[in-house]
Amino acid sequence: MNTILNLEQVSKIYKSGDRSLTVLDNISFSVEAGSTMSIVGPSGSGKTTLLGLCAGLDRSSSGKVELHETRLDGLSEDQLAAVRNQYVGFIFQNFQLMPTLTALENVMVPLELRGEKNIRPRALDLLDKVGLAERSHHYPTQLSGGEQQRVSLARAFSNKPQILFADEPTGNLDAETSEKVVKLLFDLNREAGTTLVVVTHDLDLAAKTQRIIKIKGGKIISDTQTK
Amino acid sequence: MISSDDSFDNKNSLNFPWLLQMAWRDSRKNRSRLLLFVSSIVLGIAALVAIYSLGDNLRQNIDSQAAELLGADLQVSGNRPVTGNTKKLIDSLGTERSEERSFASMILFPKSGGNRLAQVKALDGNFPFYGELETIPATAGKDFRLGKQAIVDQTLMLQYNAKVGDSIKVGEETFGIAGILMKAPGQTGLTSSVAPSVYIPMKYLDQTGLMQKGSRVAYRHYIKFKPNTDVEKLLKTIEPRLDAADLDNKTVQSQKEDTGRSFKDLTQFLALVGFIALLLGCIGVASAVHIYIREKLNSIAILRCLGVKGYQAFLIYLIQIAGIGLFGSILGAGLGSIIQQFLPIVLKDFLPFELTTGISWPAIGQGIGIGLIISILFAMPPLVGIRKISPLNVLRNTSETSGVEKDPVIWVVYILIILFIFGFSYLQTRNLIQALSFTGGILGSFIVLTAIATGLMWLVRRFFPSSWSYLWRQGLANLFRPNNQTVILIVSIGLGTLFICTLFFTQTILLNRVKLSSSGNKPNIVLFDIQSNQKDAVISLAKQQGLPADETVPIVNMRLESVNGKNGSEIKNDSLKKQSRRIFGREYRVTFRDSLTASEKMVQGKWTSSFTDQSKLVPISIEEGFAERNQIKLGDTLLFNVQGAMMQTVVGSMREVNWAEVQTNFLVVFPKGVLEEAPQFHVLLTRVTSPEMSARFQTALVQRFPNVSIIDLALVLKVIDELFSKIGFVIRFMAGFSILTGLVVLISSVLISKYQRLQESVLLRTLGASRKQIFAITALEYFFLGAMAAATGIILALISSFALAKFTFETEFKPELLPVLILFLLVSGLTVFIGLINSRGILSKSPLEVLRQDV
Repeated sequence: MNTILNLEQVSKIYKSGDRSLTVLDNISFSVEAGSTMSIVGPSGSGKTTLLGLCAGLDRSSSGKVELHETRLDGLSEDQLAAVRNQYVGFIFQNFQLMPTLTALENVMVPLELRGEKNIRPRALDLLDKVGLAERSHHYPTQLSGGEQQRVSLARAFSNKPQILFADEPTGNLDAETSEKVVKLLFDLNREAGTTLVVVTHDLDLAAKTQRIIKIKGGKIISDTQTK
Repeated sequence: MISSDDSFDNKNSLNFPWLLQMAWRDSRKNRSRLLLFVSSIVLGIAALVAIYSLGDNLRQNIDSQAAELLGADLQVSGNRPVTGNTKKLIDSLGTERSEERSFASMILFPKSGGNRLAQVKALDGNFPFYGELETIPATAGKDFRLGKQAIVDQTLMLQYNAKVGDSIKVGEETFGIAGILMKAPGQTGLTSSVAPSVYIPMKYLDQTGLMQKGSRVAYRHYIKFKPNTDVEKLLKTIEPRLDAADLDNKTVQSQKEDTGRSFKDLTQFLALVGFIALLLGCIGVASAVHIYIREKLNSIAILRCLGVKGYQAFLIYLIQIAGIGLFGSILGAGLGSIIQQFLPIVLKDFLPFELTTGISWPAIGQGIGIGLIISILFAMPPLVGIRKISPLNVLRNTSETSGVEKDPVIWVVYILIILFIFGFSYLQTRNLIQALSFTGGILGSFIVLTAIATGLMWLVRRFFPSSWSYLWRQGLANLFRPNNQTVILIVSIGLGTLFICTLFFTQTILLNRVKLSSSGNKPNIVLFDIQSNQKDAVISLAKQQGLPADETVPIVNMRLESVNGKNGSEIKNDSLKKQSRRIFGREYRVTFRDSLTASEKMVQGKWTSSFTDQSKLVPISIEEGFAERNQIKLGDTLLFNVQGAMMQTVVGSMREVNWAEVQTNFLVVFPKGVLEEAPQFHVLLTRVTSPEMSARFQTALVQRFPNVSIIDLALVLKVIDELFSKIGFVIRFMAGFSILTGLVVLISSVLISKYQRLQESVLLRTLGASRKQIFAITALEYFFLGAMAAATGIILALISSFALAKFTFETEFKPELLPVLILFLLVSGLTVFIGLINSRGILSKSPLEVLRQDV
């Protein structure tokens, strides 16, 4: 199997005046393409920062981050944007749909950005898969939390990403809805053969992935294969 | 392996149709808000388009009505009757000629006993050849020439409640009033209130007894040529002869140019005032866009996560702003085209002709262009920050905008804005210095206004009235809410207040100055045109009426022929000379006496009280400022033409003159012993203590000495008042744009912060506040805002008026407090009203509704 994500001795230090705060300290791991893994840890442990670095949303203070054989630390903001658009999908705790776009348009944006043609049927198909074909013309404010997260799932898979990052995907949902969304996430993921990286508090959710990395105080304290 | 090369640069490049589509989609839910931002520039654009259209229409009207403005093809004028060869020359010109003699004289309405100084015009021939003397009844303009009849300006008719068929006494002759004069060629509402006209037939002029030696009369000859005559070409051949006879000329072409020039100045001034309203609106747009972008932070971060590049995100919002700027400009241009239909009403007193208005496409194009550019430029500072918004904002809900201020691009934008203001003012004025000072002035006054506004806010915070009740404190504290637009509101509403207030103060200063100059025992009535043989009788009449009168002052009219041997045309050709050629064209009113008056002081040279040695040059005394302006020094020789007789003089002394006093003050004073025999008239200054006394004296004087003219300070006050009410209307109209813009910015800022206000108000309601209390807090907030804005404007107006009074008018400044208080309450009240109207939605929302609402 190929490595899709590789981190070598990655650190993230925030400086404020004379003081510096080490949020991530010498993190190294790599992720196989098509695998699923989760990053767990208590609040403030550095999970979200780690996700940001892996997905090219942020830059490390030191160390090397490689995504799909591309070294991210040397790229400009706009080059990073292009990497995200080509290889990466996102799911966020608070859904992060564009409030001014309809469900369908939200799903279409990543495809439009790639300049792809005839994208409407594909976006509709994805909405159908998450059970929202009927609601395609509704705006995010007209949808419930669960529905919004399903739209964001459809969006995340729309550009056929090589790797999908999910940040607390069920954090804002009730148990029942969470269960549906998680099932959908894993089904779609399996179908598309995408690598999935989930950041979560939820150990039940983490247990559904093949590998769990626990971090605390900016350091990896365990790295276990579950399946 | 792909490293940091440019493999990602080419993909996902600028995809303009998609950017347009995104801009369109993203604006969908915000369009009404975006429209609101841009509404602040609508008024400014409307003002500009209205004024540009006015300028266009004026040009077209002047072109089409130039002949009617002059009433003839050629006007030749001078201050003495033409004789000899000159008369032959004029009589040989054209196919039809008309002569007018015009002079200031008292006129008397026997029915009411009212009398006033008016411009009497004795007319011979069929002038005007183009256009007409518009009268009521319409036939009077032609028919009055048939008998002993006059047509009288409507201002006079109204003032003395006279009717057609009444009589009017001009000099010693009584005329029947044939009609009311509504309009004469070249005459405006302003000239008719300063010097209302009375037309009489020339054949009765002598019988009025007003044509005496020394009377100041303008002689005008109007000439009509055959159609298609090249008057300009013809004029070139005769101009030297006219110049030699001291005659001025005007053609349709030169009249067109003169009128065009003066209206260009007016429209330029108005365009600059309109531009200020536009700039205020733009600052409103900038701060609204700033808030808008802040709210869009998350959307932009999501887009960035999905792979949108920084400059693409920037372009999406730039397209939105440009689109809405274009829309607003079109709206403004439409509104401006409507407003310009009403401008002739505002300007009617300044227009010498009927102004027809039509849609001006160049004006509309210009307005839309300026609107588009300026809305983009001013929205740029918040927009450039978009490029730096990190996708990380999606993960962490921090508004990470730090670093935006340090972006060097922002300075480029600021420089572009300043360049734009400069470029605009330069295009208006075509004068580098004026454009620079306008740009500097704008920046300076915005800085001062902002400083005062910020200072006021600082004072409020520093001395926050913590002992006030909660409602008052909350209302006041609301001014400091995050994303507030308090400063820009104070600046724009304050600026409008400043205009109106300064106008009012200047009017008071001028009126007070005239009043002051007649207080105490100072003269308040000036009698002039007294003939030498009348002076003793006039003095004794004044004494009989109990008026102080001792001595009359003699006045001799003369023209300057040359300075140090050089005449006007030589000086014109001499590039080194800084003297204005105009010192030769004008009439000098000169006196002779043996001593200085109380308002004069010697500054240079030696005063000569009398002159006897005819072999020497006559030593004269000239006023210091006049000498300075025209670079005349002690010892320079001046050749005067005293109504035909040449008189060589030398500058013997210079005097400082206090012009502020009602006094007979002179630029040039001759010693005794030279001008005694020259044609002259006399001036008498005296003082009346009541309006009744003034009326009695004036009636007696006009009846016995109809040729003597009277300037009553009460009349001067009245004229100044009228002038101000006419000019004031225009200025208030333009200041209105600024205040309205401020109110529009207020409306948009209230609506922009609506959600935040909604949450606050709901929170307060949840905590048990009543609707009334929330209403009070909101009302108080707007009252404080309006009050601070009005105070800012008034403070600045006080400072500038004080400076104006002290340095320009050299008088003291005692502001009247009541009108200022009224203005203050009016501006604050209007702000409260507008604020509350737009907060209605907030006040009536139920807390439950808000809980359901999403951002």
